[in-house]
Amino acid sequence: MLILEIIMVSLGAIRANVMRSILTTLGIVIGVAAVISVVALGEGAQASVEQQIERMGTNVLTIRPGQQMWGGVSRGETSQLSVSDAEALRDRSEGLLSVAPEVSSRQQIAYLRWNSNNQIVGTWPDYFPMYDHALQAGRYFNRGEVQGRRRVAVLGYNVPEALGGTSAGALIGQTIQVRGVPFEVVGVLQEKGEAAWIRPDDQIFIPVSTAQYRVFGGRERLNSIYAATASPQQLDQAFGVIDRIMRREHRIRPGAEADFNIRNSSDLLATFNETNQTFALLLASIAGVSLLVGGIGIMNIMLVSVTERTREIGVRKALGATRRTILFQFLVESLALCTLGGIVGVGAGYGAAELLTRFAEWDTIIAPAAVFTALAFSAGVGLFFGILPAQRAAKLDPIVALRYE
Amino acid sequence: MNDVIIRTEGLQKHYVLGAETVRAVRGVDLTIHSGEFVAIMGPSGSGKSTFMNMIGCLDTPTAGKYWLDGQLVSTLSEDELARVRNQAIGFVFQTFNLLPRATALHNVELPLIYAGVGGKERRERATEKLRLVGLADRMDHKPPEMSGGQRQRVAVARALVNEPALLLADEPTGNLDSTTSEEIMVQLRALNEAGQTIVIVTHERDIAEVARRQVHLRDGLIERDFLNSTVETTV
Ligand SMILES: Nc1ncnc2c1ncn2[C@@H]1O[C@H](COP(=O)(O)OP(=O)(O)OP(=O)(O)O)[C@@H](O)[C@H]1O
Ligand SMILES: [Mg+2]
Repeated sequence: MLILEIIMVSLGAIRANVMRSILTTLGIVIGVAAVISVVALGEGAQASVEQQIERMGTNVLTIRPGQQMWGGVSRGETSQLSVSDAEALRDRSEGLLSVAPEVSSRQQIAYLRWNSNNQIVGTWPDYFPMYDHALQAGRYFNRGEVQGRRRVAVLGYNVPEALGGTSAGALIGQTIQVRGVPFEVVGVLQEKGEAAWIRPDDQIFIPVSTAQYRVFGGRERLNSIYAATASPQQLDQAFGVIDRIMRREHRIRPGAEADFNIRNSSDLLATFNETNQTFALLLASIAGVSLLVGGIGIMNIMLVSVTERTREIGVRKALGATRRTILFQFLVESLALCTLGGIVGVGAGYGAAELLTRFAEWDTIIAPAAVFTALAFSAGVGLFFGILPAQRAAKLDPIVALRYE
Repeated sequence: MNDVIIRTEGLQKHYVLGAETVRAVRGVDLTIHSGEFVAIMGPSGSGKSTFMNMIGCLDTPTAGKYWLDGQLVSTLSEDELARVRNQAIGFVFQTFNLLPRATALHNVELPLIYAGVGGKERRERATEKLRLVGLADRMDHKPPEMSGGQRQRVAVARALVNEPALLLADEPTGNLDSTTSEEIMVQLRALNEAGQTIVIVTHERDIAEVARRQVHLRDGLIERDFLNSTVETTV
């Protein structure tokens, strides 16, 4: 009964000073909003990393030219990957690996009167099962066509749309121009979605030999070689096998520095996601600082409020309020201020996450646990920073308080 | 004779201000019985307010003993004193000391809130006391919307709402003009006639004469203590 009354009194005090209450809680609002969006971003990033690794293949290793270094400059022309490396990996791994080379570059595409600019990927048919590319129409190209440097193309899901919106089925057998070279469309893939920097739906797949000698003008150098195992558990073993075969191919002694590097999907993503993490860290520190500043703001205003209301406290004590009831009254006030700020902050954080998703295209997930934690945290801030002012109020001597002008 | 409601024995209050000690009350022995109407008089600085605050359990004595309604209160803890103030004492201040943002009704309800009385009963009892002081039609007004006399009547209603054994008033008419003062005194007189024990502090002789007994303080000691002879005439 009494508790309820005291809570009413506290809420009344907040209502009596609406503007001040709003300004006071601003720090908490911003802090909680930042916490919510940080967590939403984090959860979103986590989910999208997992999703992207899934799309990039959980069992695929990527071999690239250059040293085993992070984001560094490779030694350029001196190190090369060639189709014979890919063949060696395929033929000497005793069935452990399925292998696909990649040579790629963006090229101008034309079909009838439509033009488009797409990534051309020269590879082997083994590439399709490796990345779970399913057909929506037509067929993949085959080994014979690779051997014969045939001008056949398999289009990514979005390509028909870019080429005038012709249906996938109608495009099969049609001729498109890739850098002026005519290609027969033999297949169109199903939708795949994007993973990190890779947009397979916009890509056009052609035999690697055709790409090297008919489109890119005799370019032997591969961008990368992909090697997949049957299951993710075999990746460690595959790592060793690839290293051994590649060293032999490149005549590098065991122990000496390799001129290629082998990475799995999550390694590749880690570098890609570094910027995201920096941003999250920034937001997290904003959250921390504004919660702290917000808490100090609350304490400050509560101290002012206690001083302003010294007489009121005196009256209440004279009429029988105990230390505890006064302490409780002021604690509830700062608690309520912070919790209200927290609720508004959750809303604002929700909005911010929504904006990030919509305009920055970052994946965000609002976890109920995060909302709960943020609210609990703001209530905690209210309690922590409310204690000092409330104690000061509770300790006031009734006579002194009543005399206060 | 009625029960003893106030008994003090060598009650003292000292204030230490740096090197100097102000002896505001220097040893007061006083007994007041239930149903009495006592006016405490004396020059400014004689210790009237200091004495009243100790009687009202707002302040604790430096030395001496104080029994309220048979209970030794001069040794009670802060929380126990708060309970005594809430249950046994109604205090009327010179400056009213109402909560300016609360309605008259809420102001009068305050002591009942701290007594843990439920909402419905609280409203009924507060309304009754406001009616008693003639403010039934001003219940929803806030203090700034009221005259000084009305505010003081709200304060009287508030002091009475817990049915205290003792009603204390420190210069209740000090901020009021003479007509309004008289209204308040009529009110207090009527309350006393209904059996309420009242102790007031005043500077004014005619106010003091409304009471039945006068206690004069000087320099923190009782100088004179006598019954009013004119008490039977109505004001
Ligand atoms: N908090 C205090 N600190 C120091 N001295 C005090 C304090 N309160 C009262 N005094 C001193 O105690 C003495 C008695 O004060 P008190 O307020 O009781 O007088 P009073 O009789 O009520 O006077 P008045 O008629 O002016 O209200 C005065 O000398 C005053 O200066
Ligand atoms: Mg005084």
